[in-house]
Amino acid sequence: MLAVRNLEVVYNDVILVLRGVSLDVADGKIVALLGANGAGKTTLLRAISGLLDVHDGEVTKGTVTLDGDPIHRQNPAKIVRLGVKQVLEGRRIFAELSVDENLRTGAHTNGSHLRENLDRVYALFPVLAERHKGTAGYLSGGEQQMLAMGRALMSNPRYLLLDEPSLGLAPLLVRQIRDLIVEINKQGTTVLLVEQNATMALSVAEHGYVMETGKIVMDKPAKELLDDSDIREFYLGLGAEGATKSFRDVKHYKRRKRWLS
Amino acid sequence: MRELLSSFLAGLGQGSVYALLALGFVIIYKSMRVISFAQPALMLAGAVLVSYLVGPFGFILAVILGVAGTALLGLGIERTVIRPMVGKPVFVVAIITLGIDIALRVVINGFIGTDVRQVGDPWGFARVSLFGVTVQERYIAMFVTTAVVITVLFAFFKYTRLGLATRAAAFDQETALAQGISVSSVFALAWAIAGGLAAVAGTFVATGAGIDQQLWIIALKALPAIILGGLDSLGGAVIGGLSIGVVESLVATYQLDYAPWLGDNFSVVSPYVVMLLVLLVKPYGLFGTREVERV
Repeated sequence: MLAVRNLEVVYNDVILVLRGVSLDVADGKIVALLGANGAGKTTLLRAISGLLDVHDGEVTKGTVTLDGDPIHRQNPAKIVRLGVKQVLEGRRIFAELSVDENLRTGAHTNGSHLRENLDRVYALFPVLAERHKGTAGYLSGGEQQMLAMGRALMSNPRYLLLDEPSLGLAPLLVRQIRDLIVEINKQGTTVLLVEQNATMALSVAEHGYVMETGKIVMDKPAKELLDDSDIREFYLGLGAEGATKSFRDVKHYKRRKRWLS
Repeated sequence: MRELLSSFLAGLGQGSVYALLALGFVIIYKSMRVISFAQPALMLAGAVLVSYLVGPFGFILAVILGVAGTALLGLGIERTVIRPMVGKPVFVVAIITLGIDIALRVVINGFIGTDVRQVGDPWGFARVSLFGVTVQERYIAMFVTTAVVITVLFAFFKYTRLGLATRAAAFDQETALAQGISVSSVFALAWAIAGGLAAVAGTFVATGAGIDQQLWIIALKALPAIILGGLDSLGGAVIGGLSIGVVESLVATYQLDYAPWLGDNFSVVSPYVVMLLVLLVKPYGLFGTREVERV
């Protein structure tokens, strides 16, 4: 189990971004992490995968543990070897390399099973197999997202951290990515899904966390979150009982959010 | 015609040395986005190392050991001086490499002394006739060795796990880290390769006339080569190096006949004239990577 306990992260020695975040990702599940811009979702993922250093951030308090062993002081290469892999926001494929080469970089820590992992990824994403010699930069947005996910799967990780896989994709493609996430999970990879598209994330996740300004403000099974009136209003854009509402109620300062969980 | 061909071949030989040096520059630039001005010192270090090792070990073994030693030196410089500066502005790191270059050369000059040292190469100034064209043997050796080294290098970057990791890290460090690639080992590898290439180049530069304290100036000709080829293109570095060598050689052969008003030894500055012209017309060089973008 991947567990985060009371995590505090500071950027540039002064900016406190996460303030005591706790979160559990149980094996075999899909866990969704929702939140507005700047809530600290990506920072939390960076803290788990060890990429804070690049952004001059550091964990000042709390722990990230994998099966009870702390991993928040490890370097990213070690964490990948332990089976935790992050798909960065915005796809970040190696545009100048071919599709094949992109996938091979993903297998950097697990070169001995290259063939079977490659077959698995191409089976999951047949589009990539068609264009395996092509330059990755010329793929469409959806294909690039698939490539980024496939590249992460090349080391056969136990935990896949997905940062906004639906970013900038058309609704049909979002649905396709969602189905792929379910399929990847079925094949035995635990998924922590960070999303702004709450409908999509909650439709596949079993458990959901909601973050705001560096804290976890809600922690419920996905079904309950979907029924929660605040979530419906602020994340799903539905009024109470789907009624039409006056603009006055939408005004942020009139309608204060109250998290009573 | 014979004169032209012979001059051309000599240029290719000399140019392959520039190509090796230019590759060192480009490999470091691609991985760290820094131009390392320490290449001349590394080249000198390689040549001097070979000149000391050639006595006990013979030429071939001395070159291999010299290359390994200089690669280690490059690695050591990266570990001790460059590594703590990662993340600092590129300009600062470039100036530091300039400092390393000067410091290292002062130390190496102590080992050269006032006499000219020989690397004990088997070629000297011996000439051979190739299809009726006379060429110095050492130029042929330079060209062939460089061709082999470059082939190995390109295969390394294309097919091996580490080579691919290097290219990935050069493109996007954070994503490379997320794949479990250790970017710091990539930096170290880049410096080691650059050191090794500089040592090969240094040995060849020292064939014939030997090593004196001014030998390092030749390494600066790699700068026009990389600017001609494009800073971030390995293929460009090779082609740039060869072209600079040929231009220099042709100018040396014909300039006094056709443009004597340019004065003696104009060939020495001709690479820099080429560099200026290229900068005017194609500031990114002939083969600088164009951004891959979807339309």
